[in-house]
Amino acid sequence: MTPSTLAGLVGAALVGLGLYGLIVNPQPLRKILAFNLIGSGVFLVFGIVARKGAAAGFPFDPVPQAMVITGIVVAFAASALAVALILRLHEETGQVLLDDENPASLPSEQGAGK
Amino acid sequence: MSVLQILDVGLALLVLAVAVWTIAAREIFGAVVAYVAYGLLLAIVWIRLFAPDVALTEAAIGSGVTGILLVTSGARLKSAGKASAAAKPGLSLHLSAAALSLLAATALAGVILALPEPSPTLAPEARQELAATGLGNPVTAVLIAWRSFDTMLEKIVLLLAVVGVWSVASDRFWGGAPAPLGRANPQGALLLLEQTLVPLGILVGVHIFWVGANAPGGAFQAGAILAAMWMIVMIARASEPPRVNSLWLRLALISGPAVFIVAGLAGIGMAGNFFAYPDGFAKPIILFIEAFMLLTIAATLPVLVAGPPRRSFGP
Repeated sequence: MTPSTLAGLVGAALVGLGLYGLIVNPQPLRKILAFNLIGSGVFLVFGIVARKGAAAGFPFDPVPQAMVITGIVVAFAASALAVALILRLHEETGQVLLDDENPASLPSEQGAGK
Repeated sequence: MSVLQILDVGLALLVLAVAVWTIAAREIFGAVVAYVAYGLLLAIVWIRLFAPDVALTEAAIGSGVTGILLVTSGARLKSAGKASAAAKPGLSLHLSAAALSLLAATALAGVILALPEPSPTLAPEARQELAATGLGNPVTAVLIAWRSFDTMLEKIVLLLAVVGVWSVASDRFWGGAPAPLGRANPQGALLLLEQTLVPLGILVGVHIFWVGANAPGGAFQAGAILAAMWMIVMIARASEPPRVNSLWLRLALISGPAVFIVAGLAGIGMAGNFFAYPDGFAKPIILFIEAFMLLTIAATLPVLVAGPPRRSFGP
């Protein structure tokens, strides 16, 4: 098995692992972490596609690699936006769970706002 | 099996083990620390895929800056984090989630093993474009010349993220500054780190930007390093996050995409096409655009980490 195929399989496993964490972890910050795991798994799949596209004297296809670089930056921007929304939700309601079935299950610990 | 293959398999197992830990860790802090280690290990995997540019970006942004973002927000949510332990989902959800994840991973692995040989590739076109730009790094050439429109739009996505983060601020804090990143009295070790690492880090950042034209590096990686240096300064409380309505900050945030668009429009007049660079001048123009992208990335990442304004200054 070549290193790139191995990396691609790791990417596939990371997508599965991230998906699992995204579903079962109730804390939104943990969900963001899990979502980033899925993202890096997808990027690794791009990595194997880039490596397999080696041609014209390059050991890789630079186009998927460039897409991964922009993708990492965009993933960070999306995470930052999600974190800002969670912190605002916490300020407003004192809650950090996205549990709309049982909104009163947590007492407001910090109080709304400051 | 050669030594390199054994190392590859070991690296893959290590990445997966640390990834499991980010999901399974009990505390958010432990999970974030695992995620940072995971990002650094992943950077080594990227090196093995002949992608040093991606490795630098993954280590700097995917692992480092995302790690700072999650650690600071985890600290802000600390008291609330423990209460959520009660809301763990039941066993049936765990099992069905595991089954679904296994299915997704298996399907993806099947696709990877069945990738066509020889693979479709854009490398020959990239080779031609590289010759036209005068650059030596094909990834930089793709980012700033060949697919420059995509990169410009990505800068605008960053700007939209800043607008989104700022817009969740309370009305009464609008125009104020985000909360400080660090504690009020930073420890001596942190001050020493700030005083020794930051000047070196700025040098390394500028170097990575400059060599990015011909070697691995470029505006993204260098911008992330400069952003990290600014964040260390803010965590050590040597400077505070700037007010969201300060003119210099807003100019820094928009300068990258603005210069990019102006250069693209100038291409219509000079080379007959949007985002076409005139022959012989491509490299200076690309470096000029990259310099402002560097500024924008170095300003945007810390602003996104600092979050929305949370306090209003006096008059």
